[in-house]
Amino acid sequence: MSTGLNDNEIISKVLNGDHQAYAGLVNRYQNYVFTLVLRMVRNREDAEEVAQDIFIKAYRSLADFRGASKFSTWLYTIVNTSCITFLRKKRLDTHSLDDDKVMEAADSQDSGFRANLVEQKSKQAMVSNAINLLNPDDAEIITLFYKAEQTLEEIARVLRIEVNTAKVRLHRARTRLKEKMETHFAAEVKDIYN
Amino acid sequence: METNLHHMNHDMEERLWGYIDGTAAAAEKTVIEKLLATDAAWKEKYSELLEVNQLLQASEMEAPSMRFSKNVMEEISKYHIAPATKSYINKKIIWGLSFFFIATIVGFLIYGVGQTDWNTGESSAIADKLNKIDFSQFFNNTLVNAFMVLNIILGLFLLDAYLANKRKQYRNEA
Repeated sequence: MSTGLNDNEIISKVLNGDHQAYAGLVNRYQNYVFTLVLRMVRNREDAEEVAQDIFIKAYRSLADFRGASKFSTWLYTIVNTSCITFLRKKRLDTHSLDDDKVMEAADSQDSGFRANLVEQKSKQAMVSNAINLLNPDDAEIITLFYKAEQTLEEIARVLRIEVNTAKVRLHRARTRLKEKMETHFAAEVKDIYN
Repeated sequence: METNLHHMNHDMEERLWGYIDGTAAAAEKTVIEKLLATDAAWKEKYSELLEVNQLLQASEMEAPSMRFSKNVMEEISKYHIAPATKSYINKKIIWGLSFFFIATIVGFLIYGVGQTDWNTGESSAIADKLNKIDFSQFFNNTLVNAFMVLNIILGLFLLDAYLANKRKQYRNEA
């Protein structure tokens, strides 16, 4: 196993014929990819299938990774295109910041997430469920900033937007997340603030 | 009144997020620190946002099924790593195609200029000078047609070379 190696070292090993070394990258990034995909496709089974496809695509195109950016940044471009392709195939709206339909779809899942929350009453579960109630654009930027530990500059690069736009989008996403938490999980939020 | 309050609140949150993220400029940082020390509303909002920030930082990512990694490794054993895009894009073909399209555009432009009747409309110094040039001696329909045919033939040659290259590559991979 290649757990002690950094991403570029693992990639070199894979490109030099040690295909099993790729497992190191899969283990390292499976949660990152799965979380991003789940927040876009909003179904665990579909997310798992798309995430698997992403790792296969990444493997096949590994020779194209030149190390100019972080592996996670490069991987994100595959995540994004794969999710958009999947959503198009499923004839789902591929989201926009103010898309009411997406917001309605997210709200409609509220009951399911709340039921889940009863089982795992914790702050983390609340945050996770609140993120799932956001529209995919908001959930995506929050995941990239907090979970993928991407800087605003890196986020701007992968989303092909200006740094300031990324900053504003992150700010709006957090504001909406806070509103979701206060609306849907009022009691839990009250406990946290007090 | 309510709108003003909303704007103030929005502005406060935006500035506080900048402070929390560490993206605020040094002068802005000092101003916010002063506000936090003196203004209760700012202090309260800061605590709220800080709490949200900490919750987000502590939140865990979703995990796929236990078999996920194994499934991926089983799947990739069926595939090969594709050669880097750079290695199979033949620059000569790209340059050839560029030349073909540029030559076509230039050909059309020359043809267009050749067809223009410079005697209509108001005459200008440039038009007068152009009128004095006898284009017909350099340029006629036969010449343009020959030029276009040459371009088409050149284009077909390039297409053939590109397809032959692709076929060869496919055979090598197989």
